[in-house]
Amino acid sequence: MQIAVLSGKGGTGKTTVATNLATIMKYRYVDCDVEEPNGFLFLSPDINQVVEVDIPNPVVDRDLCTTCSKCVNICQFNALAVTKKGILLFEKMCHGCGACIIVCSEDAITEKGRNVGRVEIGENKDTECIRGILNIGEPMSGPVISKVKEYINDSESSIIDCPPGSSCNVVKALDGVDYAIFVSEPTEFGIHDLRIVVELAKKAGIPYGLIINMADSGSTLLQDYCRKESIKLLGTIPYDIKAARLYSKGKLLIEDESFRDIFSRIADSIREELKCS
Amino acid sequence: MKICVSSIGKDKNSQVDLRFGRCPYFIIFDTDTGKYKAVENRGMTSSGGAGIAAAQTVIDENAEVVLTGSIGPNAMDLLKASDIKAFKPAGSTVEKAIEEYGSMQIEEICEAAPAHFGMGNQNRRGW
Repeated sequence: MQIAVLSGKGGTGKTTVATNLATIMKYRYVDCDVEEPNGFLFLSPDINQVVEVDIPNPVVDRDLCTTCSKCVNICQFNALAVTKKGILLFEKMCHGCGACIIVCSEDAITEKGRNVGRVEIGENKDTECIRGILNIGEPMSGPVISKVKEYINDSESSIIDCPPGSSCNVVKALDGVDYAIFVSEPTEFGIHDLRIVVELAKKAGIPYGLIINMADSGSTLLQDYCRKESIKLLGTIPYDIKAARLYSKGKLLIEDESFRDIFSRIADSIREELKCS
Repeated sequence: MKICVSSIGKDKNSQVDLRFGRCPYFIIFDTDTGKYKAVENRGMTSSGGAGIAAAQTVIDENAEVVLTGSIGPNAMDLLKASDIKAFKPAGSTVEKAIEEYGSMQIEEICEAAPAHFGMGNQNRRGW
């Protein structure tokens, strides 16, 4: 069972929800926000395995190359160019598809792995923890997220902490997911970006529910939205300075009794939903 | 020799396009024949690597000089690797830009602008 936590807008509380839920439900925690993974700050797992993630990039043998440009023309990502001095590779544009190697009629191109990030696997006293980390300066999260997902294709249940937004990296993180939990804050900014990820989940055919985070009594923005769009409301986490205090010390919210109750009830709602979907 | 100008339209009276990677056309002027030719910029329709595709278009046309507003880091590397020089015209039309180059009263572009500079979202700060 793979459950994704996503939001659209950043800073709404995905990691807070994902880390606390994973701990209370005893599900594996998986951080797919590989550009800036922060879940381990709250879970402090002991790492027992590190897997490097490499993308295969083309290497052109200048002695065999005739600069016929077949490789340049086939590349869908503009990673190769031809100059008087030979073929030039823009390595950060290369997606490692291998098309250039296939079309080269001189067998002048071979592959060489280029490190773009790593996957770290570990555990704390409560649960297994996995995260992907993209090297600083790399533009593509996809390959690292895909590698992380290879390690959760088993019978254990996982809570996947997704990247913010709704582009390629989120789509990759959602691949194969059974249920989506949206975390939103009761603001117009929150709802604006939430609408986009709801569309994404609908298109992907993934059932979903919503948690309102940082809720205050003054706003019914999200409750109204849920009612109007028929979205299951899984629970509400209040806007409370206790949360900020615990968070600032790198502690899980469930160390506090009232938050533990709230997350416990949210976990029950989720289990109910999983039975039906 | 051939001079290549980034352009909004297909002829010598068209406005110079200050973007290099995403301009719709390059106008190639041959100083030997005095003739103009319009070429579609492959970078305009690329999903990514527009600068690279645009520079490749220029290289394929055997131009030695580019006249444009600014050039991104990937395009700059590619043009330099091909010994192609770039200049920024003050003139508004392709023909005026070429005259400016001829008189050598023109600013050279020696360094790349930041990536995606021509996309008009410098004030975006992300999430």
